[in-house]
This record gives sequence, C-alpha cells and structure tokens, in this order.
Amino acid sequence: MVLYGYLPAILEGLVLTLQVSALSLAIACVFGLIGASAKLSASRAARWSAEVYTTVIRGMPELVLMLLIFYGGQIGINMLAESQGWPYIDVPPFAAGVLTIGFIFGAYLTETFRGAILAVPKGQAEAGLAFAMSRTTVMRRIVLPQMVRHAIPGFANNWLIMIKASALVSIIGLDDMVHRAGLAAATTRAPFTFYMAVAMIYLTLTSVSIFLLSRLEARYSLGVKRVDF
Amino acid sequence: MQWQIVLDSLPLYVGGLRTTLLLLVISLSSSFVLSVPLAIARVSPRWWVSRPVWLFTYVLRGTPLLVQLFILYHGLAQFEAVRESVAWVLFKNAWFCAWLAFTLNSTAYTTEIFAGALKATAVGEIEAARAYGLGGFKLYSRILLPGALRRALPQYSNEVVGLMHATAIASTVTLVDITRVARDVNANHLLVTESFGVAAVIYFALTFSLVGLFKLLERRFLRHLRPQESLPTPR
Repeated sequence: MVLYGYLPAILEGLVLTLQVSALSLAIACVFGLIGASAKLSASRAARWSAEVYTTVIRGMPELVLMLLIFYGGQIGINMLAESQGWPYIDVPPFAAGVLTIGFIFGAYLTETFRGAILAVPKGQAEAGLAFAMSRTTVMRRIVLPQMVRHAIPGFANNWLIMIKASALVSIIGLDDMVHRAGLAAATTRAPFTFYMAVAMIYLTLTSVSIFLLSRLEARYSLGVKRVDF
Repeated sequence: MQWQIVLDSLPLYVGGLRTTLLLLVISLSSSFVLSVPLAIARVSPRWWVSRPVWLFTYVLRGTPLLVQLFILYHGLAQFEAVRESVAWVLFKNAWFCAWLAFTLNSTAYTTEIFAGALKATAVGEIEAARAYGLGGFKLYSRILLPGALRRALPQYSNEVVGLMHATAIASTVTLVDITRVARDVNANHLLVTESFGVAAVIYFALTFSLVGLFKLLERRFLRHLRPQESLPTPR
C-alpha cells in the first residue's frame, strides 16, 4: 500500500495546503496593492501607515506573527463582541491562518508592487489622463497591466515563500499536509516516510509553480526586447 | 498590559534570547564556511561539479524548513540502523538537529547568493588577474572572492535576518528559544501582549540590530561604491 494507506489522507491535507496558499495569495495581493498605493500616495498619513505596516511585519518571524494574530485576534474580536453585546465568536483556525499569511505577505508584496508601479514609464499614465480617463481607469487599464511584467519576479518569489510558509499553519492547529503527516507518522511509526513524502509534494508544488510563472512572465513580456550580454 | 508578568518572565526571555542567538551564530558560521566552496562549485564550467550543487540548493530551497527539521529530528528515528549507530547520540539531540537543519537550509540560500555575486564579476577583472599571472587558488582568494563577497553583502544581510526569523521554528522541537518562551507564557497566563507581544518586540530589536550591523559592514566594505561626495565649489 502506498504510504501505509495514508496517501488519500495526505492528499486531503494537500488540498487544505493549496486552499490556504491560494486564499492567502489573494488576500496578500489586496493588502499589497493597498499598501503600494498608500506608499505612492500624496497623503503623508497614508505613506506613514504603509511604512509602519511593512517595517513591522518584515521585522519579525512569520511564526510569531501568526501566533500573535491567531491568539490576539481571537481575544480582540471577542472584546469587540462583548462591548457590542454580541455572542462569543470563535475564530476558526483556517480563517486566522489565511488572514495572517495574507496580511504578512501583503507587506512583502507592497514592496514588489511599489517597485513595479514605479517601473511603468510616467508618460503612460499621463497620456491616459490626457485622454480624459479617470484616475481609477488609468490605474486599471494602463498602469496595472504594464506593471505585471515588472512584478512577476518578486511575485513569484513571494508565492514560493508562501507555499512553504503554509506549512506553519500546522502549528496553530490547522489540519494541513504537515499535520496529517505527523498524525500518520505517530500511528505507523514511520515518520521519515511521511515527512519525506510531504517534502516531495512541496518540491513538486514549487517546481510546477516555477514553470508556470516563467510561462506567465514570457506571456507578459511579449513585445519587450531582450538584452543579450 | 500586566507588567508584573512581563517582569517575572524576563529571566525566561533572556534565556530564550540566548538560545536564539546561539542557534543563529552556530548555524550562520557553519553555513558561511560551506557556502563559499559550494558557490565556487556552483559556477564551475564542469557540469558534474555544478549540477550536484544546483540540485542541492534546488531541493533545499523548494521544501519548507519546518519539514526539513522534522525529517531530521522525528524522521531519522524510524531507522534502526540510525538508532543503533554512534550518530544517534547526535540525532536524538534537538540542538544538533536544529543546527544541522538551519545550516543546510541557509547554506542552500547563501550558496545561490554567493554564486550570483561571483557570476557578476566584471570580465576585465579576471582578464587583468590572468594577465598578471594569477590563476587557480590565488585568482579566487585575491580577486574573485573579495569582490564577490562584498557585492553579496546587501543580499547576505537579508539572508541573515531571514535565518534569525527562521530560528523561531526551533521552538517546535523542544528548544526553548524566544518563541517557545512566549508560547509557554501565553499558555500559563493566557495573555497575548505579555507573551507574543514581548517576543515580537525582542525579534524586532534583533532585526534592527542586525540591519544596523550590516549597514556598518557595507559602509566599511562597499566604500568604493558609495556615491562620491561632491567637492566643495571653489570660491
């Protein structure tokens, strides 16, 4: 039997790992775009809060932040609930994990997106404005599609780190691949087999991601001349 | 905020800080020593030298550190041969496993950083060195490595901070580092700010000390790359 019959269980864990990674990525992109626009905004308050956000998040380990937000968020929400007279709210670990990873990597993506937006020539946005497009239309139709090319390398890097960081959710009690491998290892007394299998699944995930992202980069770089040294 | 609890657990945090720093220092020094020769092998024109190193860094950078640590600490116990061997004294020790996992992981990332810096060497430098009759070991020790290691400093500082943050994972294998202390304090008092908040502040201070240290190193070693201060205009 493959993995003592635990293969389906591990694969179910893989689904959770993928869900956590994908949802966190979506949330991180939202935080990243908000952060990048704040950093490039004219308002000093917005620039400052974005600066504090990225500095604080990048100054401490993901695991500590995850524990801080997981336990602290639970208490914070219930303090709010108590003051509003709502019943006790139990924050599911899935939501806590996804929100935390999304929030953390939003800070890293803020820097990626900020750099990418700055890499789009200014004349592009100016031309859009000259055609009487609104600021949001310029952002949506002119700047964002062009910044993707510049954002992909940093984005790819962060996605790879995020897949690996999703292993940490097992520590706050999520039933992901690593957690399931631990349970299976305990019953079968074959921890090496299971952790090795999980490592190989992660390696496959990162390899597939690298392949797909390089294809995506090629797609968005169509029409851009390559420099050969 | 209950300061009394923070005050009472302060000795624990100091102990945790020592564990974190010790883990960082021992893993960092061994990974540095391993990375320099591996980076040289990584840029070698001979495929049977560079390919194995590429594979090593690819596998270690493609899997989570947590899983790597679990394979070493929990995994190896599966084999009777390991449990019977002399090495078991080492592999049943959480310190040894954490050190080995962090060293291997950090070596993979650092090798790529150093290899990238080596590849960025200006061709003229090597040509000039060869023209002066330098080759082999001398070429590396006098020309290639001093330049490459300098150029690698900014990225290397990121790796050092990353490794410092990664040591928090040691808290999952019974080592009492800052994170473990925070988890214990939280378990005992159910106070988040007094536990993880304090840990966060300590890590934050550590991060900025490391960043500051590397700024100093960069000032010393990358002096030639600093923008020239404009000369005072003659009156």
